[in-house]
Formats: sequence, C-alpha cells, structure tokens
Amino acid sequence: MIEAGYNFGYLDENTKRMIRRALLQAVALPGYQVPFGSREMPLPYGWGTGGIQVTASIIGADDVLKVIDQGADDTTNAVSIRRFFNRVTGVATTEHTGEATIIQTRHRVPEATLREGQVLVYQVPMPEPLFRLEPRVAETKRMHALADYGLMHVKLYEDIARHGAATTSYNYPVLVNRRYLMSPSPIPAFDNPKLDMMPALQLFGAGREKRIYAVPPYTEVKSLDFDDHPFQPARANAACVICGSRESYLDELIVDDGGTRHFVCSDTDYCASRPPLQEAAE
Amino acid sequence: MYVAVKGGERAIGNAHAWLDEARRGDPALLELSVEQVEQQLGLAVDRVMAEGSCHDRGLAALAVKQARGDLIEAAFLLRAYRTTLARFGNSEPVETGAMRIQRRISATYKDLPGGQVLGPTFDYTHRLLDFALAAEREPVAPAPEGVADPAPMPRVTELLAKEGLMRREETSDAEPPDLTRDPLNFPVPRAAWLQALARGDEGFLLGLGYSTQRGYGNSHPFAGEIRMGEVTVEFTPPELGFAIELGEIVLTECQMVNQFAGSKSEPPQFTRGYGLVFGHGERKAMAMALVDRGLRAEELGEPVDAPAQSQEFVLYHCDNVEATGFVEHLKLPHYVDFQSELEKLRSLRQEAGR
Repeated sequence: MIEAGYNFGYLDENTKRMIRRALLQAVALPGYQVPFGSREMPLPYGWGTGGIQVTASIIGADDVLKVIDQGADDTTNAVSIRRFFNRVTGVATTEHTGEATIIQTRHRVPEATLREGQVLVYQVPMPEPLFRLEPRVAETKRMHALADYGLMHVKLYEDIARHGAATTSYNYPVLVNRRYLMSPSPIPAFDNPKLDMMPALQLFGAGREKRIYAVPPYTEVKSLDFDDHPFQPARANAACVICGSRESYLDELIVDDGGTRHFVCSDTDYCASRPPLQEAAE
Repeated sequence: MYVAVKGGERAIGNAHAWLDEARRGDPALLELSVEQVEQQLGLAVDRVMAEGSCHDRGLAALAVKQARGDLIEAAFLLRAYRTTLARFGNSEPVETGAMRIQRRISATYKDLPGGQVLGPTFDYTHRLLDFALAAEREPVAPAPEGVADPAPMPRVTELLAKEGLMRREETSDAEPPDLTRDPLNFPVPRAAWLQALARGDEGFLLGLGYSTQRGYGNSHPFAGEIRMGEVTVEFTPPELGFAIELGEIVLTECQMVNQFAGSKSEPPQFTRGYGLVFGHGERKAMAMALVDRGLRAEELGEPVDAPAQSQEFVLYHCDNVEATGFVEHLKLPHYVDFQSELEKLRSLRQEAGR
C-alpha cells in the first residue's frame, strides 16, 4: 500500500533524475565527491537522508530492499527507514542479504559476499575524508584536485611514530582507483577490505553535506598504509555466543552488573544463517 | 543471556503512541486548534515559516502543534513538506519600498520622511508577568486607530546613498541561485548567503551577530531602518508573459548602517548589512543584517579573522534543520564504531604497557 499524495519513492521524478545524473558522474569518477541538490527529507539530517535519497532515486517496483544499521535489520533506525520505503514505494523488503537487490546500510558492510547486480547504498555523515585535518571545503577540494594527500600520510605517520599503529579504527580512509582519497563512511576498518574489487555497485550518499560518490564494481579500493606498516583491520578476539563465528565482526554486550562481556555478530542475517551453538552451556 | 539491545517495530509504535498522548496533554482540557496557534502564537508561527523556508501560516501552525511547540522540530516538519512541492519559478522581486507598513523605525534619524511607526512591539513594555492574561478575559479592547499617512516611506539607506555617503550595492538581473536546488559552492555569492541566512537559525545568528558587536569582526553598526508589513508577491507565468499578483505576505526587513574606512579606490563611506525574513521576525532580521555585514569583510578588503566573517563557518552551521539532525544523530546506535574504538584502545594500552 503506497502512501497517498506522494510520488513513488517520495521524491518527484525531476529530483530523482538530478540525483541519477550525479550518480552517473560519481560512477564515472570513482571516489570523487559530486555535489548535488540534496533535498530535505522527512527523516532528519544525519539519520540517513543521503542514503535514502540515493535509494529513492534508483529503486524500482521490482527491487527487493534490505536496510541495516550497525549490521542489523532490527535496529530502530533501520526499521524506520525500511518502513519509510514500504510506505512510499510498496516494494518487497527482506532481511536476507542474498535476496536483496538494494541494501542500504549504516556503519557496516554485510559479512556475506555481495554479487554482481546488487547495489550497496551507504549512509555517509561526513563525505570529506580530510575534514578533521582541514575543515575548509574550498581547501580540501583543491587538495583532491591535485591529489595532494600528504596531510593524511603525515597523520598516519605521526600515529605510527607515537603509538606504533594507526589510531583510526573506523572511517579509515581509502584510496579509490589509485586516484581519489575517500571516506568509506564510518564502517569499522575491519570492513575496508570488502570494498576492494567488490562485484556489487557501491553508492555513497551524504544528505546534509550534499555530496554523492561511488565505487563501481571491481574497482581497486586500498586502505591507506605504509609498506613497512601495512593496514591491519581488527575485530574483537572472541567468538559469537550465538553462532560461534570467529570471522565476523562482533558487538560487545555487557550482560550483568559485574561487567561480564559477551560478543555477538553485528550482522544479524549472517548470524541467523549459521547453525546455533548448543544451548548446553547455559 | 542475549539482552534486548536492539529496538523493534513494536517499541517504535508504542513510543509514538505515547508521543501522541503526551502531545494532547490532559484530555479534560480543550484541545488547542491550529487556528488558535496561528492567531495567538503568531510569532512562533512566523519563526517556523522563516526557518522552515515556506510561507504558509496554516501549515506552520499545524507544524507547531504537531511538534508540541518545539519550533526547530516544527521548522523541520515544514521543510520536509516543502520539499515535496513543485517549484514553478521565481517571483518578481518584492518591493519592500512599497511595503504597507505596520512598523518602521530608524535609530539613525530622530525624524525622517514617513515618520517613525512603532507598530505592535514588545519594545518599551515592562517585562512584568501579566497575571491578568492567566485568567480568561473579556475580548481585548481594540487599539486606537489613526489615519495611515499616504506619504511614501523612502529607505534610510537610500537617503544616505543619494548624498554619496552610502556605498552602492551591486545590482544584477541574473537568475538568483537557489540553495534548495544547488548546494553551496564556496566561495558563494551574496545572494546565496542571504538566502541561507534568511532560513538560518535565529539563535545561531543572534549569537554570531552579537559577537560582531563585541569585537569579533568589528562592524560598528547602527540600525538604519527596520520595517515590517505586507508586500505584494507577483509572478510572471511564462505562458502569460506579464506579472500577476499572487497575494501579500508579511516581511521584516532590516538595514544596518556600518562604518567603512575606505580603500585605495573608494573614499570612506557607510556600508550596509541586510536582513530580510518572513513574518514579524525583528530579532532575526537584525542579527542577519549584522552577520551579512560580517560576511562582506573580504569584499570590502577588511581582515577576515572572526567566526562571523567566515563564509564556511557561518553558512555550514546556521541551518538548524541540518544542525539538529546531525547533533541528534548521536542518539543512533554507534556500537559498531564504538566496538572498534574499544579494541583499538585496548590494543594501544597493551602496546604502551609492554
């Protein structure tokens, strides 16, 4: 049942066309931030308006949509966004990564390998990977034009000199197609390797900052590092208490007043698709 | 064993049902009507129209009611509605010089053509709580009426400009930018920053404007003129080729007069800061005019070292719908990122302890 009084996908067709044009430019220039006429959405800025606009512009009646936040389908904001698209498009939704044609995500890349034909839409808070080092957008634009990323390398170097390792644990900057420095959005660095040569199309939408960028299928995405200090993704050294996985990214839970910690898969679909551990331990 | 850390559909539904109940308050009391909000909380409605960037008193009043009086939330509701409306084009420029004046004051001249018109103002009231208002009262006696002076009300800045003391503004008939369609691309032209300020947050602009008075981008302002009243909005449909009247809207305009030391090519003269907002929004119009003048520092060859003079600082942060969204998004779960920070911190501490 589509909400009366609204166009399919909420946005009017002219707006969708404008966004698709920005997407085409973004795909043609992997990692380059394309400015676009971001609209106010009925969800707040910072809560996924960029990803929502991208999804609204590419979604069709035959698509199957999955929405995750922190890897899970049942987090409140994912529920809210999925319900929004249900109201304004009526398309089928799923929680299974394999069934989805479009996956909108916040802060995670699904554990399951994505395939050709799927689209992964990232919600992006700050598209500019250099913003903590240089807040002026006019200046970072110039740095991207000249591929002048020395500032970021110096930051990495100082981290290593001071702490022995990069201190960035999420939103770890990547170089796309050996040209543009890009924010992978605040996914844990653990997820960065999944972006590299991914068969699926990756689209990034930043609504408040009014930028769109993309990584086309099978594009090289390299996490910034040094030859003698290679990039090291990290995860908690533990197993999921539900499925026992030692490969997936884990959420840490404090389960009692004594501070007892348990770990569970952040990707709920991945976790549910695996045989559960025996409950005998209870 | 597995604590319920993840929310679900039912929790959201229940929370929103509670919100509805809280909005209504004590059901023994009469429900507030949208018309009452529109009429009796008119300045809240004006602020929501200005920051919601949509001139519709009825919709703004509904937004105020729906938002339980949270005006930033109300502006957000109005923006989200506005964005679904088709854009037909630009109106003809409104002529504030021909405004049907409700209020017009100048702080630079004791008297001037057209005179000083105080209008419905809080100025000069004693801010004493009026307990009579708490009791339901008989209808208020109508305010005394005079005869409107038909004489035109020339702008103070124009009077100064004729004398050569006020710097002339650059004029252009070019299609104005529309920041709801094209993102800001720094450096932005004045027309675009005025647009951003006109829908910017009153509190933010108030603080920034205030900072220019306290030495952060000294601008030595005088309130040359503030006027508020109805202006006619006209639109020229391409198929007609001539302007038709769409109606009247209330605007508040402020022109600040500021010193300017002059430069190599220009003699010392006054410059202006400009503020214009929907409805009766005097504080906002004045703050906007101060910030506008601050942002002109570069154009006028003045040092650019204060926050109110930095385009990116002012324009990226004045929009309260953007700001509140991003600040409040910190409420969303961040456990994935936090987990990666936990692991990083533990490993760094381990490293340091070795």
